[in-house]
Amino acid sequence: MSPKALGAIIGAAETERLGTVPELSALELHADAARRAVADAGLTMADIDGVASAGHTPSAVAHYLGITPSYLDGTMVGGCSYLVHVRHAVAAIAAGLAKHVLITHGESGRSRVGAPPRWPDPSSQMGQFEVPYGVLGPPTMFPMGVLRFMAETGLTHEQLASVAVAQRRWSSMVPRAKFRDLITVEDVFASPMIAYPMHLLECCVVTDGGGALVVSAVEGAADRPKPPVYVLGTGEAMETPLVSQMEDFTRSKAFRLSSQLAFHQAQITTSDVDHLMIYDAFAHLPIYGLEDLGFVGRGEAGAFIEEGNTSPGGSLPMNTNGGGLSYTHTGMYGMFLVQESVRQLRGEAAAQVEGVELSVAQGVGGMFMAAGCLVLGTSATLG
Amino acid sequence: MSSSAAKPAPRPTPDTAPYFEATKRGELCIQRCQRCERAYFYPRSSCPACGSTDVVWFTTSGRARLHTYMLSYRAAPGFEDQVPYAIAIVELAEGPRLMTNIVGIPNTPEHLVLDMELEVDFEPRGEEMVPVFRPLGVTS
Repeated sequence: MSPKALGAIIGAAETERLGTVPELSALELHADAARRAVADAGLTMADIDGVASAGHTPSAVAHYLGITPSYLDGTMVGGCSYLVHVRHAVAAIAAGLAKHVLITHGESGRSRVGAPPRWPDPSSQMGQFEVPYGVLGPPTMFPMGVLRFMAETGLTHEQLASVAVAQRRWSSMVPRAKFRDLITVEDVFASPMIAYPMHLLECCVVTDGGGALVVSAVEGAADRPKPPVYVLGTGEAMETPLVSQMEDFTRSKAFRLSSQLAFHQAQITTSDVDHLMIYDAFAHLPIYGLEDLGFVGRGEAGAFIEEGNTSPGGSLPMNTNGGGLSYTHTGMYGMFLVQESVRQLRGEAAAQVEGVELSVAQGVGGMFMAAGCLVLGTSATLG
Repeated sequence: MSSSAAKPAPRPTPDTAPYFEATKRGELCIQRCQRCERAYFYPRSSCPACGSTDVVWFTTSGRARLHTYMLSYRAAPGFEDQVPYAIAIVELAEGPRLMTNIVGIPNTPEHLVLDMELEVDFEPRGEEMVPVFRPLGVTS
């Protein structure tokens, strides 16, 4: 392993408050996170010459903050958009398009203040081919392959529930987490059935919040107030805008392809990874992710999580903020994956894992629509 | 009983109109590529496998297998009397898969067996008709 840094994250911050924040519109959540991330980088808004955002357009965010950027990225591929923005930002900076790119997320997912409508238009693809069958948002669609996965791999309901149990062990140490009480598999089974086979505690929380990043060149990154987090590898991929059209309901093609790109670019293998974040809108996603990224073999992820390998003290600390299931989930959660990877690499996480030098953040967008993967490291990882 | 017509209705677009014209005739029609001979769904003007625009509509056999499903415990509009109801993916005998509902049997894990054989039926959604599936040999 001898990765080369492609760029650096020099500023990272979440909104001051997470959870239920009805006094801030979605755009104000972008702005709050942006100001805090720019300050974290030791910069001012006048230093920002690139803006990337999803949910709101980068022009809306830039105008709101009084920035006149020379680089705009409005890539919108769902909750992994922000990881893709990091990928594009390091390329743009290397090409001389910008020096300091601000990436923002803000979403009033719970309070719906200044938020766009959620129901798809009847003439959209989803409106024509999925909505007529009584879907009610992601809980009735995203886990569509779970029963097939169980039939083909032997994954058990107990193992699926153990994902929520493991992540609550992490969030019990995280003061900002929405849910912090330890739970058992029996607690998961006793929670209301939302859409069989998914219980309430196997579905993400719904919150308000935001986060922002400042991405810059490697040169000068070490002079900023916080230790730089180096971008060592990046990947993006897509599969389908309609979950009903997945090629294989037991695998995510976008997880596989995006992580292969990122791991190859960073010249790492799974054994090099100290810390892992896998987007968990629902409990099945870390199971798919562990297998699609190659951390475990086919059909092994359920037992791997159930046995505690991803829990505190385990060999592969995963979703150490508690994840979308317990920490926060505004709707497009991917920003929070990167925030936790940055905190772990800086050594400032609430549930800090000892000796994290290399972290992987794997995001998903839509419902297995797209994916973005980042391999991030400290200066110790540079070849 | 729920009123199927009160359930969310699709609004066809020019590219999907032949599909919804066929469902009104009681036929499940999809497209096939003339170059690579692959059948595909959803409707579009070129083959997703080879890119050819030489594509034709054809009437499927209406036979399918249950590929996977979820049971919604909350009701979408028009589904109030059916909770929990299956939102399913079926694999057509011709290959493509689509989302649908399962009718003619109780929507429970005991009755919904993966890979069970199904055949197409149709239900109204507003002014349109959409394909749903029932176990093979179970009449309405």
